[in-house]
Amino acid sequence: MNVSTSRNFKANAAEQLANKDLRAALTKSKGHFTDGRTTAAANLPEFEDLRDQSRDIKDHTIEHLDFYLEAYEAKVVENGGVVHWARTAEDARQIVLDICRSVDAKAVNKGKSMIGEECEINEMLEANGIRPVETDLGEYIIQLRGEKPSHIIAPAVHLTKAQVEDSFRENHTELDPNRVIEEPSALLDEARTILRKKYFEAEVGITGANLLIAETGSSIIVTNEGNGDLSQLIPKVHIVLASLEKIVPTLEDAATILRVLARSATGQEFSSYTTLSTGPKREGDPDGPEQYHVILLDNGRTNMIGTEFQEMLRCIRCGACMNHCPVYQSVGGHAYGWVYPGPMGSVLTPGLLGVDEAGHLPNASTFCGRCEEVCPVRIPLPKMMRNWREQEFEKHLSPGAARVGLGLWAFVTKRPKLYQMATNLQMRMLARAGRTKGRLSSLPLAKGWTKYRELPAPEGRTFQSRWKSGERPQ
Amino acid sequence: MSESNRETVLGSLRRALGRDGPVDDDTAIKLRARMVVHARNIVPKRTQLDATGLVELFETMAKQVHATVAHVSTMKDVPGAVGEYLRSENLPSEIVMAPDPTLDAAPWSDNALLEIRRGAPVEADQVSVTSAPAAVAETGTLAMYSGLDHPSTLNFMPETHVVVLPAGRVTKSYEDVWDAIRAQAADPDSGRNGQLPRTVNFVTGPSRSGDIEQTLLLGAHGPRRLHIVIVDGE
Repeated sequence: MNVSTSRNFKANAAEQLANKDLRAALTKSKGHFTDGRTTAAANLPEFEDLRDQSRDIKDHTIEHLDFYLEAYEAKVVENGGVVHWARTAEDARQIVLDICRSVDAKAVNKGKSMIGEECEINEMLEANGIRPVETDLGEYIIQLRGEKPSHIIAPAVHLTKAQVEDSFRENHTELDPNRVIEEPSALLDEARTILRKKYFEAEVGITGANLLIAETGSSIIVTNEGNGDLSQLIPKVHIVLASLEKIVPTLEDAATILRVLARSATGQEFSSYTTLSTGPKREGDPDGPEQYHVILLDNGRTNMIGTEFQEMLRCIRCGACMNHCPVYQSVGGHAYGWVYPGPMGSVLTPGLLGVDEAGHLPNASTFCGRCEEVCPVRIPLPKMMRNWREQEFEKHLSPGAARVGLGLWAFVTKRPKLYQMATNLQMRMLARAGRTKGRLSSLPLAKGWTKYRELPAPEGRTFQSRWKSGERPQ
Repeated sequence: MSESNRETVLGSLRRALGRDGPVDDDTAIKLRARMVVHARNIVPKRTQLDATGLVELFETMAKQVHATVAHVSTMKDVPGAVGEYLRSENLPSEIVMAPDPTLDAAPWSDNALLEIRRGAPVEADQVSVTSAPAAVAETGTLAMYSGLDHPSTLNFMPETHVVVLPAGRVTKSYEDVWDAIRAQAADPDSGRNGQLPRTVNFVTGPSRSGDIEQTLLLGAHGPRRLHIVIVDGE
C-alpha cells in the first residue's frame, strides 16, 4: 500500500532535472498562478485579515475536532446520509469497495480527490474489476498515462501539450487518426466528448471535499470544470472522500476560507463552481444521487495533533506553497515521491509516512520563506521543515558525510579566529581556481552543486576582513 | 468495522488534544452556540453599495469571468432576449427549461421559434434556461438550489446555460445566500421540510480548465457559455 519513493528524493530530483519535457512544461506554466495570486490579493483589501481569520477558524476547529466531527456526523445522518470512519487508507478502500459492491457497480466516476490518491482508490477498484474514470481533465490525462499527479490542483502541470496529444492518440483509437488535435482547445473538446458518455455509465461518483460543515452536515467542492458536479449528480451513489481536518464549524466559516482559497490557488476571485452538497436527493427532486456517503479518513493525522506539526492540519490544499517554491519549480512534483509535493508535502509526508521514509523531503528547501509568506492559513512551513530535520538528525537518519560536515562546521564557527583564517584561505583558493573566467564549473566536495550550475568565484576579501579594515557602506 | 474505527479515531483525537473524554459541558454549550448564532466573519467592503450598485458590481464581476450579460425591463421581454441571444450565437432554438414558477411569468408562447421542454436535461440538449434564486455581487456569482423547480443538472449538462435573474435577487455576499437557504428551510410553506436543498451551486462564469499548459479554455465539462439575462423591473 501507499507506494512511496520519497526516500529516493535525491535520485528522483536528479532524474527530473534532466527531464526536458518537464523543463518545458514548468517554464510554460511559470508565473501563471503566482501572478494571479498577487493580483487577486491586491484586489481585496481585506485579504490579509481574511488569512488571519482563516487560520484562527482552522485552529479553533482542530482544538475541538472531536466535538465538531460528532456534530457533523449527527447532521449528515439527520439529512439521510451515512458517515464512515476510516483509520487507515486500507479502511477507506474497503469501505469504498463495499459501497460499490452493494450497488453492483461496474464503473465509478471520480472528481479530483487527493484523498483518493492517498488511498489509491483507483488501483483498488481496478483490482476488483471496477472501472475508475477520472473526469478532471488533468487527472484524466495522467490516468491515461499511468502517472500520478505532480501538483495538488494542477495534476498534469508537468506535461506539454504534445505529450497530451500523444496520449490521446494512443488511447482514443476509435477516432480518426488523421484528426488535428495539436491545440489545447482541440484536446479539451476531445476529452469532453469522450468523458461525457462515461458520466452516464457509472453507478457511483466519488468526489473529494474542500470543506465539511459541522453545522449542516454538508460537504463543499470547489472546481472549475464542472466534472465534480456531473460526477456527483448523475450516478445513483455519491461518495465523499475527506480527511478529518477538512471540517469547519459553520457556513460562515466556510465562506471565509473560500475567500482565500481560490485567490491563493489560481488567483481567481472565486472558482467557477463551488458546490454545497447535503445528503442524498430529496423526495421529488428530479436529479441527484439516491445515496450520500462520507468517508472520514484519519491515516495518521491525529498523530500530528498535540505535536509541533499540528498547524499543518490547517492546510486547505490551495497549492500556493508549491507554486512559489524554487525547489518545486525546478524538480517538479514527481520527485517528492508521494501524493503531496512541494513545501506542504515536505511537512505532511513525513508526518503521515514517517521521517524514515520521507526524511529527505524537509531537506528540499532553500528556506527562502516564500511558502509561509503566501500560505493562506499562515502555516509556518520552514519552521516545521527545520523540526523534521532536527528529528532526522536526532534519529541518526542523515547521511554520515552530512553529520561529519555539520560537526566540523560547528567546531569552526564557534572559534572566530579559526573561522576567519579558514574563510580567508578558502577565498584565496577559490579566487585562484576561478581566476580565468571568474566562475567555477567544478569543485571538490560540491559536485552535486556544480553539476547543474557554476559557482561565481569570489572577488576580493571577505566581509569580515573588509569591515575590520574600516570599510563601510556609503 | 466502522463503529470501532469511530471510537478509535475519536479516542486518539481526544488523547492528542490532552483530554480523556468529550469536551466539558461548558465548552460544549459554547461550541454549540457558535454553530447556531451564524456570526459573520469579515465580509469584504466592496459590497457596501445600494441596490443599483450591487447589480453593477455583479455584472462587472460576472463579465470578468467570461459570462455574458443582457438587460431587459420586465419578464415579458425575457423570451425575446433569449431568442435573440441564441440567434446571435448560432445556437439551436430547442431549450430545456427549469419547471420554475419564476419563468412561468414570461410569455414564452409569444416566441414561436423557441421549442421548449420543461424538466431535467438529456444528453442531446444544447441549451438550458433556468432562473437563479440569488446572486452574489461580490464575485459575480449565481446561486442555484436543487429542488422540484430546478434540476441541478441543468446547470452543468448543456453547452449553453441561460440564467434569468430578477435584479432584486442580487445580494452582497455568500453569507446572504446562507441566510436565504436557512430561512427557506425553516419556512413551512417552502416545501423544504426543515432541510437545506440537496445541492447549492455557486456558479461564477462558464466552465473552464487550465490543465493543458495552463492555457485558459472555456467549456471543460460544464457550459461553454453562461448568459445572464438581468430583469431590471418588475
